[in-house]
Amino acid sequence: MKKSLHILRRENAKSSPYWEDFLYETQEENDTVATALRAIAGAAQKEGDRRPVAWESSCLQKRCGACAMVINGKPALACDTFLKEIPGEKITLEPLRKFPVVEDLVVDRSIMMENLKALSVWLNEDAQLHSEEMAFEASVCLQCGLCLEVCPNFAPGGSFGGMAAMNPLAHLIANSPREGRKAVAKSYRRGVFNGCGKSLACRNICPAGIRIEGLLVKSNAAAVWGRWGQIGKGSR
Amino acid sequence: MNRESIQINIIGAGLAGLSCAMTLARAGQRVRLVSFQHSERAQSNLAEGGINAVMNVMGEDDRIEYHFADTMKGGCDLADPVMVKGLTEAAPGIVREMIALGVPFHRENGKLMQRNFGGQKLKRTTYARSSTGKALMSALISAVRKYEAEGIVTRYSHHEFICLLLDGDAVSGVRIWDRFRKERLDLEGPVVMACGGMNGMFAGATTGTTANTGVAAAVLFSQGVCFGNLEFMQYHPTTVSIAGKRLLISEAARGEGGRLFCKRDGKKRYFMEEKYGERGNLMPRDVVSREIAQLSESVYLDMTGLSQQIWQERLSDLRSEVQHYLRIDPAKEPVPVAPGIHYFMGGILVDASHRTNLRRLYAAGECACAYHGANRLGGNSLLGAIYGGKTAACTVLRELSEGFGPVKNDSGKEDMPAFISREEMRIHDRMVDALLNGMGLIRTRETLVQALEELSSLEKPELSRAMSAQLLLARAILLCALERRESRGAHTRRDYPDTDETFRKTTKVMLEKGRIQITYEEITPYPTA
Ligand SMILES: Cc1cc2nc3c(=O)[nH]c(=O)nc-3n(C[C@H](O)[C@H](O)[C@H](O)COP(=O)(O)OP(=O)(O)OC[C@H]3O[C@@H](n4cnc5c(N)ncnc54)[C@H](O)[C@@H]3O)c2cc1C
Ligand code: SF4
Ligand code: FES
Repeated sequence: MKKSLHILRRENAKSSPYWEDFLYETQEENDTVATALRAIAGAAQKEGDRRPVAWESSCLQKRCGACAMVINGKPALACDTFLKEIPGEKITLEPLRKFPVVEDLVVDRSIMMENLKALSVWLNEDAQLHSEEMAFEASVCLQCGLCLEVCPNFAPGGSFGGMAAMNPLAHLIANSPREGRKAVAKSYRRGVFNGCGKSLACRNICPAGIRIEGLLVKSNAAAVWGRWGQIGKGSR
Repeated sequence: MNRESIQINIIGAGLAGLSCAMTLARAGQRVRLVSFQHSERAQSNLAEGGINAVMNVMGEDDRIEYHFADTMKGGCDLADPVMVKGLTEAAPGIVREMIALGVPFHRENGKLMQRNFGGQKLKRTTYARSSTGKALMSALISAVRKYEAEGIVTRYSHHEFICLLLDGDAVSGVRIWDRFRKERLDLEGPVVMACGGMNGMFAGATTGTTANTGVAAAVLFSQGVCFGNLEFMQYHPTTVSIAGKRLLISEAARGEGGRLFCKRDGKKRYFMEEKYGERGNLMPRDVVSREIAQLSESVYLDMTGLSQQIWQERLSDLRSEVQHYLRIDPAKEPVPVAPGIHYFMGGILVDASHRTNLRRLYAAGECACAYHGANRLGGNSLLGAIYGGKTAACTVLRELSEGFGPVKNDSGKEDMPAFISREEMRIHDRMVDALLNGMGLIRTRETLVQALEELSSLEKPELSRAMSAQLLLARAILLCALERRESRGAHTRRDYPDTDETFRKTTKVMLEKGRIQITYEEITPYPTA
């Protein structure tokens, strides 16, 4: 298999972007965009001719969210995108557009963590688990930012935290004892409900397989409509 | 320096770093939490099968003494019993604390469930499907966030460890590199290392993250930090090669009923059950991996007998991961597996208070050598990371109240980031090959000596600090394996197949006057009652 990676590069936040092509050939049919990036970054380093391509990775098995980028125009994880599933030889790689670029494909997603801090996303009391299913599903969010990339309503600096904020809040909602509900509900309305235009552009993008709609419905029921009893229903 | 003005520098924001930060912050102590990437990217998020603690919820009359005994036995009597006692006694409290933080451990009819794991006869492993690490991390990240908002914990994410700042045998601070701004920073204060296992020394061949490069450990070693038991690294019996790494198939698969077999003369042979009886599949990992290494046939993990309910409620994530990366549905087809490097029992040597040989330097989590002896039991390292982080924090608090005294920094200005240069990538690749050849599942004097010779051919005076430190650490690992002339736990020598009681000692290795020195330390006796 032969692929040509067409990468939008930039030496740092201030320098101007430019495109550069890298060729990747492999016999391995299960190689991903991450494998190709590792190989070309390593090769560029060894040849010493070009600045190695900067990108983030960690787990290589879609469990950490580090390698989020825009692949052929679509936001995705590099380690979750198999080369053989991309038609044609050319693959375009760009950094996520909603976050400031640090270098090449590396962006600074700190705003996601800052949003959660501003929304006071933590438990002040001991947890009281209402729904294992809901708490579990919400806790597997990778904070990768793919859902924010496609969201028409999310902009860094705004008060809407998108689905990346909904999940940690849903985790609290599923765990909230009575005393903590008011505060959680307030954060939820401010950071999620009020800003969500229900476009559901994020519906099919989540690499962690979170069924965002279902979690939204449950979280809304509790935190917006006060129907806390509903979260434990319909699940184990 | 008064206590208010001191900040504790934690290097690493996985489970150990977060647990340490939370404990310090709860006591009102200010903390800088430094990590290469955000906590969400740390290896701890990959942990699957569960965390051990005697909760005694499965009606099996489980007891802390049994957890202690299993851990000691699994570690082939090389762990420090005083430390294991502390760990196993604290475990139930830790699991309850995690529940209070909102970790959705699996329950049935409202009752907490535990599963079987290797090397333990009773069901003692608490779990959140096959994503226990992720569930723990999400809860701890939220808990620490509160202290970030209060200004007690300051995050330095996207920062890389460069080196310790030293004042004789005391640590005055740490030098770090801001990867985004490309700036160097010196932070004063005590240092807790929580930087995870040294995967990068075996790049491409481990189940863990690529971001734990091992450079931090190497630099510490080159700065005179004493390491322990470097020859003991765990090969997990059920891993599969995928692009760039080994994918783990959690022991939970066997805990829930998965069986190992090989094909001989066209017939399935459940070799572990044949040799060890009904519980053969759940023997400790060193035993299972060694058995697999001795077979000439390919080995498969058969999970086709698991019930629909188990797949749905306990292993749905494992199934979809295997389907996604291997294109095999484990509920319908056996999965070909082989041993892969999974955990480092060896690391920065710490005492029961998580102190190192340098004053004001502490270590916890997988980067530290503690609790697991010659072979770690599954489910004990999440526990060890949380408990170790807490214990280190308590020690720091105690020593702070006793007063650290003034320190000065004599580390000079010449240190640069822990990058290795372009040319050095080739050297790094060859170092990894040498280590993989020398430190295979089954070792001999010849292969170890050969690997050491290969390393010698790579050493050059003009190498970067990071590269030369890694070569030094690689040499130390191989020497530890060469010097231990016995087989025990994860260290198997073909030329010394027996366990030798005179080697029931901790290997201590450090750099002294430019030379790698290995000594052996007696293990403290079992605590009675
Ligand atoms: C696939 C898999 C499954 C596992 N399943 C289980 C299980 O079911 N049960 C169990 O008990 N154990 C399991 N383990 C082991 C367990 O996950 C780890 O041992 C444990 O999480 C280690 O935690 P830690 O905090 O020490 O390190 P990590 O989580 O690795 O965190 C290390 C931190 O240090 C930072 N860091 C690293 N290097 C540097 C540097 N140079 N500069 C700055 N920061 C740095 C990283 O960014 C990170 O924040 C599993 C491991 C793997 C790989
Ligand atoms: S909800 Fe899904 S897409 Fe959004 S940050 Fe979490 S894991 Fe990523
Ligand atoms: S590297 Fe972790 S999600 Fe891709």
